[in-house]
Amino acid sequence: MKIITLASALALLATGAAFNGAAAQALVKVDGSSTVFPVTEAMAEEFQKANKDIKVTVGISGTGGGFKKFCRGEIDISDASRPITSAEQKACKEAGIEYIELPVALDALTVIVHPSNTWASEMTVADLKKIWEPEAQGKITNWKQVRDSYPDRPLVLYGAGVDSGTYDYFTAAIVGKEHSSRGDFTASEDDNVLVQGVAGDPNALGFFGLAYYEENTGKLKAVKIKVDDAAPAVEPSVENARTGKYQPLSRPIFIYVNKKAAETRPEVAKFVEFYQDPKHAVELVKEVGYVPLPEAALKVFQERFKKREIGTGFTGSKVGVSVEDLVKEKLVY
Amino acid sequence: MKPLAAQPSRRLSDAEIVARAHRSDRNFAILGLSVLVISMIVLLSLIVDFMVDGLGRIDLDFLTSFPSRRASEAGILSAWVGTTLVMLVTTALAVPLGVAAGLYLEEYAPRNWITHLIEINVTNLAGVPSIIYGLLALGLFVQSLAMGQTILVAGITLALLILPIIIVATREAVRSIPLEIREGAYALGADKWQTVSGYILPTARPGILTGAIVGMSRAIGETAPIITIGALTFIAFLPPSPVQDTFPFINFNWLNSPFTVMPIQMFNWVSRPQAAFHVNAAATGLILLLMTLLMNAIAIWLRYKIRRSMR
Repeated sequence: MKIITLASALALLATGAAFNGAAAQALVKVDGSSTVFPVTEAMAEEFQKANKDIKVTVGISGTGGGFKKFCRGEIDISDASRPITSAEQKACKEAGIEYIELPVALDALTVIVHPSNTWASEMTVADLKKIWEPEAQGKITNWKQVRDSYPDRPLVLYGAGVDSGTYDYFTAAIVGKEHSSRGDFTASEDDNVLVQGVAGDPNALGFFGLAYYEENTGKLKAVKIKVDDAAPAVEPSVENARTGKYQPLSRPIFIYVNKKAAETRPEVAKFVEFYQDPKHAVELVKEVGYVPLPEAALKVFQERFKKREIGTGFTGSKVGVSVEDLVKEKLVY
Repeated sequence: MKPLAAQPSRRLSDAEIVARAHRSDRNFAILGLSVLVISMIVLLSLIVDFMVDGLGRIDLDFLTSFPSRRASEAGILSAWVGTTLVMLVTTALAVPLGVAAGLYLEEYAPRNWITHLIEINVTNLAGVPSIIYGLLALGLFVQSLAMGQTILVAGITLALLILPIIIVATREAVRSIPLEIREGAYALGADKWQTVSGYILPTARPGILTGAIVGMSRAIGETAPIITIGALTFIAFLPPSPVQDTFPFINFNWLNSPFTVMPIQMFNWVSRPQAAFHVNAAATGLILLLMTLLMNAIAIWLRYKIRRSMR
């Protein structure tokens, strides 16, 4: 009885005290894509070491979930593995939230096969399209159907889950239409599942972010990508993605900053400036397995934040955006 | 007495009947034992697997460090503090409410169709997927009431989740009390409340505690509803201390603090590309297992104390 009485007293006290509110403190709230999370986590960690009086929190609601919160004004910065969609732009506009779009790094989507696969060392975008387009469902089930020179072996496919920004970007770049592909492949939101799947099947082909390949180079083999038959085959690597050679599977990842928060709260601006500082934007990004932007591009985006230029340069996941294009995009709010 | 099996052609001797009973007894024991062994092996292999992966990672630094991009420097301080505080709120809300509701339904509620409807609903609620509670909390507490993504909201959400379990357990415990105790109390001239508070509740306490253990063990491992309401993944500071040096010496500001919990930290580390983070996840799993066991041990010890004091 005593315990129960005590517990109820505690509960009563708690609810009474709950709305007194915590003391105001400098807090920067970030939420959004789990793909961008490692970068923001690294930034937040180092930032808090340098600025003991400012606190930063990072969530992983997903790019879509992050934008929902962002456009309701619940968070200051939204992590995004794809550009803001027109529906999200509208939601932000209706709520009067102005945003600054800042690319922070590149991710190189990597097509991988089993190490014992000797035939598919390089593939063209057209080969991949043949495999992944919706029409291929149930039809393209053998390597020989992709190219005559390939052996007569079953083709087993692994890919990112259909709710991920990775899937959206891959389908846009390869199939030519965002969010459209065959459905008969093993999909997982957890890239480690895909790593295990491809590593254990000599007939497999899959795709995911470069970081997952680099951690498992012994178990997997990356396919060199050719834009067309005549083009050179390019290996997925940090260098090739950074120089824009690895196309069309290099994609930018972003943070979106609430302009009002950046203007009225110095801690938000300070965190974004720290994020963009070339020292951190190269070293920390590399450390967590992503591709840093070239110095020139970093400068442009630093300038964009300094001038508080709002709007987006995108209308949906653009395919094969080189860093130069990213810099030149006209911003529309 | 008639023979157990009706066999018209031949009467079984008594010895045969006994032998048959023994046989089926033995068969059932073997079946039961093998089921037990299989489930224990599964559980043990899971724990051993966790231990092989994670045990070497657990040290004081792991428990007292915040998460980090470097797997070797990362720790679970904010996660285990968050889990402990959320469980505290959940327990403080769910146990008194659940026990009161169970007692009311069993002892006071009139037997009519409304009560019946409530009873069916409570039983069904126990089986509703946890994500539904998360969505409810997101819509009601976070968005409509604008309470934010705080420890308090997480605690309330998990309390709602385990409330049906505690209500059902309370009712079962109350129902199993022999009628003599109740009649004895009435015979001594006790009124209804005196009977309930002085006799029914103390006798039912062990059963209620069992229900609380089951409910809280479920709550401590929940990820989906907590992620839905917007718990964080990276948080490198602790909620404000509940103790202060000025009057009234305790405060409840921590209830409004952002937080993370152990299962979310684990989920995040498991999905990272670096194998070192997977080791961290296994270590986190072990600690979570330990926390659950500790929580249950406290409840079992309480139950034991109560049982002894009742004799």
